[in-house]
Amino acid sequence: MPNKALPYLLLLPATLFLLVFFVYPFVEIALLAFTGPEGFTLQHIQTMATHWKFRPALGWTLLLAAVVVPIQLALALSMASIVSTLERGRGTILYIFSIPLGLSDLAAGIIWLAIFEQSGFLNSLLVGLGIIDQPILFLGYQSIWVIFLAVVMAEVWRATAIMMVILVAGMGLIPKEYYEAAEVFGAGPWKRFLKITLPLLRPSLQTALILRTLLAFEVFAVVIALGGTTLPVLMGETFQWQFALQNRSVASAYALVILIISVAATLVYLRALRVPKGATL
Amino acid sequence: MPRHISILAGAAVALSLTAPAAGAQVLFWSNQAAPIEETQRMREQVLSGFDGEVDFQPQEPGPFITRLEAEFQADKGTIGLVGALHGELATYTDQWVDLSDVDLGGVEVIPAFLELGKLGTEEQKYLPWMQANYVMAANKQALEYLPEGADLDALTYDQLVAWAKALAEQTGSPKFGFPAGPQGLKHRFFQGFLLPSYSNSMVTKFASAEAEQGWNMFKELWQYTNPASTTYSFMQEPLLSGDVWVAFDHIARLAEAFNQRPDDFVAFPAPAGPEGRGFMPVLAGLAVPKTAPDVDEAKRVVQYMMQPETQVATLLATNFFPTVETTLPEDLPASAQALGPAIQKMTAADDALPALLPVGLGDLGGQFNQVYTDTFERIVLAGQPVRDVLDQQAQTLRGILEQANAPCWLPDEPSDGPCPVE
Amino acid sequence: MTAVAGTDTARRVEVRSAGRFLFGAAVVVLCVWVLVPIYLLFVNTLSSPQEVSGFPKTGIPSFDFGSISFFLNFAGVLDALLNSIIVAVLTMILSIGIGAPAGYALSRFDFPGKEAFRLLVVMTRAFPLPLLALPLAVLFIRTGLDDTQIGLAIVHTVLALPFAVLITFSLFSGIPVELEEAAWTLGCNRWQAFRKVVLPLVLPGIVASAVFAFIISWNEVFAAAVLTIHNRTLTAFLVQNLNVSPLHLKFAGGAALVIPALIFIFAVRRYLFAMWGIANR
Repeated sequence: MPNKALPYLLLLPATLFLLVFFVYPFVEIALLAFTGPEGFTLQHIQTMATHWKFRPALGWTLLLAAVVVPIQLALALSMASIVSTLERGRGTILYIFSIPLGLSDLAAGIIWLAIFEQSGFLNSLLVGLGIIDQPILFLGYQSIWVIFLAVVMAEVWRATAIMMVILVAGMGLIPKEYYEAAEVFGAGPWKRFLKITLPLLRPSLQTALILRTLLAFEVFAVVIALGGTTLPVLMGETFQWQFALQNRSVASAYALVILIISVAATLVYLRALRVPKGATL
Repeated sequence: MPRHISILAGAAVALSLTAPAAGAQVLFWSNQAAPIEETQRMREQVLSGFDGEVDFQPQEPGPFITRLEAEFQADKGTIGLVGALHGELATYTDQWVDLSDVDLGGVEVIPAFLELGKLGTEEQKYLPWMQANYVMAANKQALEYLPEGADLDALTYDQLVAWAKALAEQTGSPKFGFPAGPQGLKHRFFQGFLLPSYSNSMVTKFASAEAEQGWNMFKELWQYTNPASTTYSFMQEPLLSGDVWVAFDHIARLAEAFNQRPDDFVAFPAPAGPEGRGFMPVLAGLAVPKTAPDVDEAKRVVQYMMQPETQVATLLATNFFPTVETTLPEDLPASAQALGPAIQKMTAADDALPALLPVGLGDLGGQFNQVYTDTFERIVLAGQPVRDVLDQQAQTLRGILEQANAPCWLPDEPSDGPCPVE
Repeated sequence: MTAVAGTDTARRVEVRSAGRFLFGAAVVVLCVWVLVPIYLLFVNTLSSPQEVSGFPKTGIPSFDFGSISFFLNFAGVLDALLNSIIVAVLTMILSIGIGAPAGYALSRFDFPGKEAFRLLVVMTRAFPLPLLALPLAVLFIRTGLDDTQIGLAIVHTVLALPFAVLITFSLFSGIPVELEEAAWTLGCNRWQAFRKVVLPLVLPGIVASAVFAFIISWNEVFAAAVLTIHNRTLTAFLVQNLNVSPLHLKFAGGAALVIPALIFIFAVRRYLFAMWGIANR
């Protein structure tokens, strides 16, 4: 088989699939953002950009991703390293670490609301321990930073497992001989991690970061559960325009903003963590 | 091993029993009775009496609209019957078949509701399915903090503020609650309760000095409102947990508190302002889309839903009241026993000031609501100057009404052209 | 000399046991962090409605099965469960079947259009699905894919495909090309080399993508609610209205949904390790 055609052949099914089931509906929706009764218009973009919630929604979405993703990266790396190092109980620990994977964001939102709400578990604990007399209101609209913190915790809890599983699978591919050799030369665990694990893990790191960041820009259910409308995010505004206000053009404009920042972030990762064509021994 | 086999056999039997009967079934697409217990009761206690097959499928707003629009666009559908609120049905006025030939057999439907069901056309676009209202509810503990001379059944907004203040100061934390969460029905409060009570208007005097006074009152009330209100969608939960002692909400969203602890709560009318006791009913309707696979069978379901016995069963299932003349049974659940009289007192009060649901807005209903929600968020949450916000939002409001070319509705005076915003 | 060596060994042992202690502590802390919210979900699921909304909470379940049995007795639950499983399995097969070849092509070849394809895959995940649902539903109603399990699986595959492509890409990239080339020189053709050498190594990655595909499909609500009528999935059937349901049922519904997902992850967890890396140690 000629080598030139092979990659295209391998890509063909996925490409055809995406053309029909993604590109076609996507183009239809994306055009809505730029068409009005008289053809091409920037009216909808303007409506979105000048709406008083647009800037906060964009800002909070970016800030959330900027805070959540690095924490998750560090945590996922630690978890993956722990699982790979373990000699006994590896399967069990890996399983425990992956449990949040099974939860929808809806369920995660419900759980964390039960922890932080006024009559929730955290207040029960604090009152029970005698640290406070009266339950504290954590999620009031004035305490936007507390809401932010709660969302960060819930997101870190919920979605770190996604990165971890990808990293665990990637770490498994690193030949153990490398570590043995490094140990012979006296490299400590930290040095081995920096000099062997991280560089060889680059493809998986890149994938984990891309996927996780895409999902972070679409954060919605957890934010709604914990913050109501206090903490506006892009996805929430998209839904608001699409379903409550029934203005599909502005909703489409919001969705395009999500798309653009996602693609931009992906390009950054692709450049920063360039993956060579197959590893070399 | 035998146990496994019996489980499998059980599963197979269950599967064969629940397999949908092809064709004859009417798909009842609803965004009402969505809470899962109400769904269960709608299926088991209301629709089971119909002598045909109905598949009751309540939906979240997003999927509800998306599926409906997809069927309209494809001009081919599976949905036989749609149950939704007045404003939502108004969005698709052209898509419904005329229901005036449904034989109601002497059932007396409340005439005002029938009129609303025409959606400004000559045809009966929907039949009124069920109605509800908004009232206040309080934990009995809160009653001892009532300001002197205040009558619970004839409360004014100033007294409510004083009450909320006393509660906040004497119990150590704000105890008034308001459904300002993402799924809370806050816009209805501003449209139908606050603004009419202060300005005798929903639209025309949106930016008047009287309206400004109303917003200032609400701003003051907000100081004594539990700040978690921005996360509340249903007030029954904070009432039950004790986070909130006094609350305003839709009756269906208060019901659980009364049903769980009937002796701990009281229901009473919404307060009155200088112009009267503004209130606005909630009306849900039944409509048959033109794309319905079997229009006649769907009309039969509508006919069944309008029967007085079905209407009573619907009340028990959803806490929404009948839209037809009927006598209610004695053994109503605690929620209906407490909330029904509160509505009665409110609508029959001397200073009652009924507001109608928005009419003629078509698919701009959502944006109309958003004007009120935005006004609230800007004035009360963001603390922006009341005057400026009202002036700016009035412009948006004017634009919407002109675009929809909608004349005024109660309590505003009838208008020839689009309802003016002064 | 021996004395010095002796203290050195002793210190090393000390350091090692301190390290081991720290390591153990980290494992415990992470497990607690993951498990406590899950535990609280089950506490609220197994409590009476009064306890769920009461204060202060004990944090100990009273084993009230009222809420959970409400779900189990819901008419048609078994049907919906079966539909969910069928759709999830179809999604798994589809997304790996067309995603893995694409991932392999991306990792092994340099060709014009590679970057464009990668961005297309990323865009798929970066655009909010609920907006795509409308044109897709119109398309499905017109073509007869509406209300079929395969139709819904196709939409879920749009969501899962980016995971499959990017994860398999990163795993293939971690495998030295030389390994494959060695197999060719030993007389394998490209396909044999792939099957005998590469496939066993990327199994963890494929399992990871399968886990994601399954769970994405399992937890997806929106498309399921729009695109299935008689063939409702469990989420569309039960969970989409949890948002507006009483608190105790929210928890029970969340728990009812998470259990099958956890069983699935449990069943496949061991395959998440690669063969020649940590699994051999």
